[in-house]
Amino acid sequence: MNASRHKVLSRLHLRPYLRPSQLAAAALVTTASLGFTAQALAEDPIKVGILHSLSGTMAISETVLKDTVEMLIEQQNEQGGLLGRQLEAVVVDPASNWPLFAERARELLAQHEVDVVFGNWTSVSRKAVLPVFEELNGLLFYPVQYEGEESSENVFYTGAAPNQQSIPAVNYLHDEVGVERWVLAGTDYVFPRTTNRILEAYLKDEFGVADEDIMVNYTPFGHSDWQNIVSDIRRFGSEGKKTAVVSTINGDANVPFYTELANQGVDAADIPVLAFSVGEQELTGINTGPLVGHLAAWNYFMSVDTDVNYDFIDAWIDYTGDEEAVTNDPMEAHYIGFNMWAEAVRKAGTTDVDAIKDAIIGVTVPNLTGGYAAMMPNHHITKPVLIGEIQDNGQFDVVWQTPSTVAGDAWSDYLPGSRDLISDWRAPMRCGNFNVSTGSCGGSTAAEEAEAALAE
Amino acid sequence: MRIFPLTPSATAEASAGSAAGRSCRCLALLILLISLCLMVGTAQAESLDADDNAAALDLLEALDVASYPAKGKAIDAIVQSDDPRARDWLSALLDGRLQRTDDGRFVVVLDNRGRDWPVEDALSGESLGEMSRRELDRIGINNALRNQLRSAIAVVDLYSADLALRRASAERLLGEVDADLAEPLAGVIEREEDRRVRARLVQALAIHRLEQGEVDAVADLQGSLHPRVRVALARAASGAIESRAASGAIESRAVMGDDSVVADAAQAALNSIEQNLRINRGLETLYFGLSLGSVLVLAAIGLAITFGVMGVINMAHGELIMLGAYTTWAMQQLLPGQPGLALILSIPAGFLVAALAGIAIERGVIQFLKGRPLETLLATFGISLILQQLVRTGISPLNRTVITPEWMSGSLVINDALSLTLNRMYVLGFTLVVFAALMLIMRRTRLGLEVRAVTQNRAMARSMGIRATRVDIMTFALGSGVAGLAGVALSQLTNVGPNLGQNYIIDSFMVVVFGGVGNLWGTLVAGLSLGVINQILEPWAGAVLAKIIVLVFIILFIQKRPRGLFPQKGRAAEG
Repeated sequence: MNASRHKVLSRLHLRPYLRPSQLAAAALVTTASLGFTAQALAEDPIKVGILHSLSGTMAISETVLKDTVEMLIEQQNEQGGLLGRQLEAVVVDPASNWPLFAERARELLAQHEVDVVFGNWTSVSRKAVLPVFEELNGLLFYPVQYEGEESSENVFYTGAAPNQQSIPAVNYLHDEVGVERWVLAGTDYVFPRTTNRILEAYLKDEFGVADEDIMVNYTPFGHSDWQNIVSDIRRFGSEGKKTAVVSTINGDANVPFYTELANQGVDAADIPVLAFSVGEQELTGINTGPLVGHLAAWNYFMSVDTDVNYDFIDAWIDYTGDEEAVTNDPMEAHYIGFNMWAEAVRKAGTTDVDAIKDAIIGVTVPNLTGGYAAMMPNHHITKPVLIGEIQDNGQFDVVWQTPSTVAGDAWSDYLPGSRDLISDWRAPMRCGNFNVSTGSCGGSTAAEEAEAALAE
Repeated sequence: MRIFPLTPSATAEASAGSAAGRSCRCLALLILLISLCLMVGTAQAESLDADDNAAALDLLEALDVASYPAKGKAIDAIVQSDDPRARDWLSALLDGRLQRTDDGRFVVVLDNRGRDWPVEDALSGESLGEMSRRELDRIGINNALRNQLRSAIAVVDLYSADLALRRASAERLLGEVDADLAEPLAGVIEREEDRRVRARLVQALAIHRLEQGEVDAVADLQGSLHPRVRVALARAASGAIESRAASGAIESRAVMGDDSVVADAAQAALNSIEQNLRINRGLETLYFGLSLGSVLVLAAIGLAITFGVMGVINMAHGELIMLGAYTTWAMQQLLPGQPGLALILSIPAGFLVAALAGIAIERGVIQFLKGRPLETLLATFGISLILQQLVRTGISPLNRTVITPEWMSGSLVINDALSLTLNRMYVLGFTLVVFAALMLIMRRTRLGLEVRAVTQNRAMARSMGIRATRVDIMTFALGSGVAGLAGVALSQLTNVGPNLGQNYIIDSFMVVVFGGVGNLWGTLVAGLSLGVINQILEPWAGAVLAKIIVLVFIILFIQKRPRGLFPQKGRAAEG
């Protein structure tokens, strides 16, 4: 496609002021060529790519997201589709294999020529597909909370950035619970490491927390022997100051962690654990007894008491045919992302990628918690932040929430390198990492980032 | 005025009740006054159950509000009420079992599993049969309220006739005693017969006295390993108590200690405590190491038979473990409400399932690949992927809930600084039993003799009349069955999901190679020592680095001694 060739060229030049005119030319050519084929294509369905692992370790989390998008497509088709065309799902299975994500993404964009892709869970898989989406000029809606420090022209981040999850959560612990000592425990990969770096800087800057009152701990994926760490946490928390654990422990490792906490007699009332990766879906495979009273920070809980949420849950139960089916935060993110994309398609009158990229900024759709989500110029959305306490039925009881929605910040204000960066994909800036102190755009580094992420 | 019905002494209760929520003491007093007035008012009308229930309903009604602070006040009101059901309400509220039906009645849920729950009326206590959970709304609480409730219940339980309750209560009160509670507490200590409760209460009181600057309180705290005692002593030692004693209005102190005297005494007590803690910490690490080691041994010992004795590289070993874990889950589904029995029955069932799967693998694939290790490795790796995906599509990609029976949760308390988690202790014991049984089979039975004969010299054994093929099947079935047993045990420690096996396959090979291929003793020693090394390294190296260090250590060790810790000797080793 012309647009993609221009993009490659502009990356070689790296002169930002060249880009708008090039893009305009590209858009012109694209729309012109579309004009000819539109008639013929009117009967063809709009293709929606789904890039979620259906096998391998991440299948546990990602399978339901595939089902969610399929359900949303079905609902949209029942309402007559989009632009008079039906929607068709194209499902591929990247099998929890990060390099395979890039191959499958290429397959979706080049071979199936999908109009939009909903997909990915882990950060490393997102980094792996970034260069593909930028090269082939695709659209990716990414539904999971992540570490920030990224803004790609082709990616829309409908999950939470750090300032939409971890920072408000820490504020809650400090202001409402009175926590003075902090354990930052996480699985050893990019999301926990970046989040904990941000949190450490934030705790020291904002609350003046001393070094000895912060304990940072990383564990490998699927860690199952928590005896020593829990014992350390117990000792750390018995110094007379209120202590809390801020947990970015991922996936399967959570169950043995909470069980060990309960067995060693660490109670939520003494040392609460606030998790960023434990949601309703994760709780379905767990005996929730040991977890009761521990906390989680998300932008959506299944227990939220709104009509639109109940409608969504009913639709989901009908779709899955499972009376016990649960909904969770990334599902809501896909719900928002899908509706935003549909709205942008209606607004632009076409599924053309460049037209959608322009049209979607500022699009506002209802979220499931009774408010609205708006797409910001940095490709992040506005979200409320909720803190929930785990109940013994596997649901969360919302104990606190931000008074209004928070706009996602791609570049954290608490990290030295990213403090000066902003992202704005509107004309004339069109830059994901504009440095306000030097006044220049860093340009896309997707290829290098993907290489670095996959090398790990 | 009676605060709680369970108490023998009226004066004790009045102050006990108001001590429940320290932060809400003023409020509690206010409520006390109000309720006193109300009581005087209604005293003449000495009324019937109906009135009583109406008042009780009002108390509960106040709980059903959205705001947590308001709920806190409602809890105080219940604490101050004269109602004999107060403790039941509070503990039901604490457990989330105090709920409200759609038609506004308050009920206590007796069992909240499944869709329909048996309930009883919170006011009359009469059983209402089963109700759908959709008809019930829980009265939610948060951590602050949970703390408040626990303290309130602890004060009530201090007068309970049930020893277990008194023990829990005394435990809870450590570090929570204030001036209001101190006086009645002294009386309680005098009357208390149980030594443990008494010792605990003395310590609880001593912490309070230490905070008031009494130097002889240190003697009561001497030697205690409880973290709250340590915190109190550390504060006293650092001199934090002095300022409070100086500024506070404490004239009635019996023994007015000099500030520095208090600090010195506390410091001395603290030093001996720290010494003691270090020893306990060492013991704790040892236990952690042995328990991790026992998991490694259990996962590896089946492999020690199939790989070590038979020489088959079975990459699907992890999935056989997974099958054992899923058997436990299936048994618990078959026997709902009896997780303990299901777990015990899973031991033979898990063995059988995994052994049958092992026979299928041996007959279906491995027998055709005898003497071709690379092909065996690839084929069994393929089987492992197939089994994983079968579980994923056949059962669910999600983890399954395996319930830990009551008698396996919690921990065995040795002292305040050392407690051993029960589930791991059972696994440790189970490992030793399985190991002993395997040793017996290999050393004392005909099967063991034949296995050893076939592995040492296949051709010779066959010419002596041993059916080598049958021995192959039996050995592989035995190794696989033991993997199934490991799965049953692991279901109590970690997730039961399709990936369970993957997490243990590398560790299993590591243990077998390190211990010496073909040697069961080697596997035991290697597993336990790797566990202990790992746990000693972990506190200062971190979990990730500890794992890497252990791996590097094994690589270096294998370079030096390629046949592992206990190499096979003699002609058998050459084959």
